[in-house]
Order: sequence, then C-alpha cells, then structure tokens
Amino acid sequence: MMKKTFKRGVHPLHSQHGGKAPTRNLETREYVSDTVIISMAMNIGAPATPCVKKGDQVLMGQVIGNANGFVSVPVHASVSGEVIAVDKIPYLGNEPVMAVTIKNDFADTWCELKPLGNVEQVDPSLIIPAIRDAGITGMGGASFPTHVKLTFKEGAKCDTILVNGAECETHLTADHRLMLENGRRIVDGLRAAMRATGVEKGIIAIEDNKPDAIQAMKKAAEGRQGVYIQALRTKYPQGGEKQLIEAVTGRQVPAGKLPLDCGVVVLNTGTCAAIADAIIDGKPLISRITTVTGCVRTPSNLKLRIGTIVEDAIGACGGFSQEPGKIFFGGAMTGICIPNIYVPMAKSTNGIVVLNEKEGKSKEESPCIRCGRCVAACPIGLNPYLIKVAADKSDFEAADKLHVNDCMLCGSCAYACPSRRWLTPSFKFAKDKLAAQAKAKGGAK
Amino acid sequence: MMTIVYAVVLLGGLGLIFGAVLSFASKKFHVEVDERVEQVRACVAGANCGACGYPGCDGFAQAVVDGKAPINGCSPAGAKGAREIGKIMGQEAEVSEKLVARVLCQGEKGIAKDRYLYDGYKSCASAAGLAGGPKDCRFACIGLGDCQDKCAFDAITMKNGIAVIDPDKCTSCGACVKACPRSVIKLMPLSQKVIVRCRNSDVARVAKASCMDACIGCGRCKKTCQHDAIVVENGYARILPEKCTGCGECAAVCPCNCITVE
Repeated sequence: MMKKTFKRGVHPLHSQHGGKAPTRNLETREYVSDTVIISMAMNIGAPATPCVKKGDQVLMGQVIGNANGFVSVPVHASVSGEVIAVDKIPYLGNEPVMAVTIKNDFADTWCELKPLGNVEQVDPSLIIPAIRDAGITGMGGASFPTHVKLTFKEGAKCDTILVNGAECETHLTADHRLMLENGRRIVDGLRAAMRATGVEKGIIAIEDNKPDAIQAMKKAAEGRQGVYIQALRTKYPQGGEKQLIEAVTGRQVPAGKLPLDCGVVVLNTGTCAAIADAIIDGKPLISRITTVTGCVRTPSNLKLRIGTIVEDAIGACGGFSQEPGKIFFGGAMTGICIPNIYVPMAKSTNGIVVLNEKEGKSKEESPCIRCGRCVAACPIGLNPYLIKVAADKSDFEAADKLHVNDCMLCGSCAYACPSRRWLTPSFKFAKDKLAAQAKAKGGAK
Repeated sequence: MMTIVYAVVLLGGLGLIFGAVLSFASKKFHVEVDERVEQVRACVAGANCGACGYPGCDGFAQAVVDGKAPINGCSPAGAKGAREIGKIMGQEAEVSEKLVARVLCQGEKGIAKDRYLYDGYKSCASAAGLAGGPKDCRFACIGLGDCQDKCAFDAITMKNGIAVIDPDKCTSCGACVKACPRSVIKLMPLSQKVIVRCRNSDVARVAKASCMDACIGCGRCKKTCQHDAIVVENGYARILPEKCTGCGECAAVCPCNCITVE
C-alpha cells in the first residue's frame, strides 16, 4: 500500500531522528512528586472555579475546580493530600491564573469512582457526559475540551474519527510509548468515541518512523469493528489537525472552517486513552505521559501527575546535564518557552525539552533573499515572506488579507528559511493583534 | 525648407488648440476650493499622526472647515496652533491645558526584577504574552519600544530597559498610549510636576518582591499631603492634579522612591 501524506512540509532535525532517539526505546516510568500545583485554566474556554480551600483534605480524583459553562471542564486532584494554597500564580499566558497547590500524602487514596464498564456495552448516551466529568481535553497541545468536539451541531455529518498518532514534533516520544505500551486503551477510547457519536469508521494514523507502533496498534485493533490503522510517510507537520485530515482522507478543510465541516473529528492518542480510562475505570484525567529530554542526565518518558512542577520532573531525570538555556513545553517546533523551572505542567504538556545555552540562543535574522523556500514549506499554502513584511510594518490589515489567521504557527517556514527570518513569531504577533482588534470591535458594538 | 515650416505650423497649431481646450476646461469645470482648508492645513503639525481621529492632516483640515472637527482638535499643534486655526475660522479657540505623555514606571534594569531573559520577537506586545512578560512586575514597562516605533515626533527613547519621554518633543498625540500593551503611559497636564511613577496594584509583599521602586500603597504620602491631593486606590497612590500644589513633600517621605518631582 502506498503511504499517504499531505502537500509540502519539512523534515526538522532529520539527521538526528527528530531528536527522538534518546527516549524512543525507554519504557515509561511513573513518577509522583511531593507537591503538585494544579492550574484552573488548562483548557481552551472558560477556566474552572476552585471549590476547595486551604487546609482541606482531598482524595485522588476528587473535583477541585468546577466547570464554567459548556466549553469548560472540571479539574481533579491528581494526588491525595492536603490543599496548602489556593492562589493566583503567574503562568504561561498574559494574566496570572488560579491554581490549587496540594501536598501529597503518598497514600494515593482514590475518591469514589463510577466505572461504566466495557466500551462495547455501555449506553452510548452516557459516554459524552462521562468524558466531560473526567475533565478530558485534547492532549496533543491545544487543550480543546473533548466533549465539545464530540457534540455535533445539528445537521453536521461526520463519517470518520481520526486518531492522531503521527507525533511529528521533534523530541517527543510520549504518544509513541503510549501506543506501544497501552495500545488497547487507545482502541477502547476510539470505540467509545465512535459509539457516542454514531460514527462507523475510526482510523488510527501513524507515521512510518514508528514501525513498532504500527505493528502494536494493528494487533490491538484486531477484531474491533470499524477500526483501521493507516501508515503515513513521515513529514512535519503531519500531526496538525488539517494536515492529518488531508493526508489520510485527501479532504482539505477550508479556511476558517472546522474539521467537522468536512466530516472528520481528530483525537489525540493520549485523549483516546484518557477516554477509555474514564469509561472503563471511571478515572478522571489526572496523569499523562510526558517526554522529558534534551540536556537532562537520563532523558525519559515519565507518567506524571497533572500539576507536577518542572523542577521535579527534571529532577526525576537526574537533573540538568549542561547549563540550561531554554526550556519549553512541547517539541522544538511549536513548544512554548517557560519562564522558570517552578512552573507546573498541564494536561496538554506532552514534552519538557531542555536546550543548552548555545542551542537555545535565538539567531539574528538577515534580509529575505526571495528564495521561496518558505512558500514551498508552508503546509497551508500561504506566502510567509509577504506576511512577514506586513506584520513587521504593523500593517495587520494586509496580513489579514494574506490569510495570516489560517497560519497555525507550525514553524515550517522559519525552519526552511536560509536567512533565519523570524517568520513564525511575527505571525503570532499579527494574529494576536488581529484577535485583540476583533475583540475591541466586538466590545464596541 | 518647407518641411520645417509645415512642422512648425502643425505643432504650433496643435499646441494652440490644446491650450484653448485646457483653458476652457479649467474655467468650465473649476472646483471651488475653500482657501481656509489650505490655511488650516498650514497651521497643524503635519505629522499625519492620526491623534485627531481623521485620515491625516488634510482630512482634519477639511473637517475643521466643514465644522465637523473642533478647532483645538490637533493636539500636536497645541495652543498656538489652535489659536491660529481659530483666527482663520473666526472663532475663539477654547485652549485646553497642554498635556504630555508620562511613563508611569521606573523599573529600569537592576531595579525591577527580571523573570526571564526575553530572546524573542522584538515587540512589547509579544513579550507581554509570554508568561506575563520578562519582568517580574506585570505592570512594568517592558522596554522593547512599541511606543518608540509609533511616536511620529521622536520624543521617546529607550534607556536602561524603560521608555523615557522628552516632554519638550511630546505633542500629546496619544499614539504611544494606544501602542503600550501594559498601559504604562498616561497623558497628564504639563503643569503637573509631582508624579507617582508606579501603578502596581498587587499587594505590597508581591509588589516589593518584584521591584525595588514599586508603590506599596502604604499611604505615607497621603498622610503627609496637606492639600488632600493624593488618593490611594487599587494598591497604589495617585495624585489629583487639580489639588496638587507641587510642594513635593510626598516625594520626600515616600519609602519606595516612586514619587518624582520635576
């Protein structure tokens, strides 16, 4: 069978196996830290409201933050122990967020769980409420609440659920390890999502740089109704929602539309496993596999409780092996830099990558030579060099006309640029400014 | 010989015909231009800064003559400009006090604590979006020069990590106020000489930990002031310009050096 892929794209860190080699063949280890700081704003949409106070004893899996509205999910305690602070902390965004700090008593006493049983027998109408109550958000990075994704608007037609096992980002092997070690759970989660939405076909898409994962998933999916495995030719950014849809189904999601508009819903492998945990065991989302790699002594895949502080996670990997220059959540292409090592990880933190000072230093940009490599790399088909000119002049209207809002900030253009132009940061700048302008306009009306 | 004569006659004749048509057209299709527009245009600052809200200085001059814009609408031209425009328009200009943009932050390098070293896109707005900005204080001037880029009068310089505005060059157009993602810049009357240069509304413990010169809202200035010209709101002091006499006693007692007297 010919392997499928999307148009354009790049091969970041190709000569170094995408930086994945150090963690690829290591089994996931569980690590539980002494203290966790659980942010209330881990999902896109309204943040949760804390419902515990300082001094409370909480059990593992207990709700500590209530959801606000439909596009919001509850937050659960990831350890059992005592709440030692409910306070605002500076986090990765502009504004400080509410967070609950829990001191771990290492008893791991679960609160009362309500398992629904086998995914093939459970009443389909109970699945989506269970997903919401388990606090499940997209675990690939965007943190969109999963129950919202699976609740279709009237008239929307969906024929396929895609499971994103591409893991095209550099350095990360968390999804890879999950597929090898817990493939059945991913298939269970996919089946639950299929039954809840009445979709007949589920495709698990995996890049061909993970042949062992493809084999493992084929085995796990044996005999399961409507579940298929699709191998993809390795390329970045295949794990982007719209690129994955193009690669697997050949359909293109139009500008400004959602995947559902072309009949597809995309879930991450981690999300699927979390759905299975929520249905079969009744367990909420309180831990996830995170790749900790780069300049640490023993790069590993750790199963971390949500809210583990980066310092502890790095400590669990033997500490820094070199003087750190930059640390970020996620892979090298789309990761977000963190200000210090006392920041807690969230539900969407799939990797903690440490670069040394030399690697972490931003390069000076030089003038555009009009070579067009950015255009050849852009998976969406934009003109990055033109948008950059508009964004640098703060001409956001022109940037909007060049469809900067369709840019997903994958960084392929900046990676391909021989002049090391700061393309992606300027697009983010323009997108933020346009969003602020739109908000101001909406407010004025 | 005759060829030259033909050419001269032909071209000369054509020239005469076109000249006649043009002169006829210029008389027939003459557009009445209000000469006051030109005069008003000469009085405004001419920086096309957009502070008045009209598309450039030409748009403003037209709007003044049409009676749509106030005659003191050009803040860069100031009181002098408003008076001149008033003369042209035959109105008495209501001259408001000259304003000037002030940076309400003293968080220079070494005074405000750094949260991290910013190594990204050179824009305050971008830096502010990354983990609350490179300085520990979330109200501080970031110092990457978004205001400087927008200033049409070259009044802003970046010194030691914060913006410094030259009051002589500032025309109070307000472009910097709009550009600042932290709202650190405020327009104040030029006559106000005593200024609280901080607007950190965090509790005192947090504010002091993030910056040596942060206002902690202790209220000593308020107690010292004999003219009731200081209010302490949202955790920081503010001076009421209409009551302040500029004595500067508050600055002398401030334990955090955040009140300056010019």
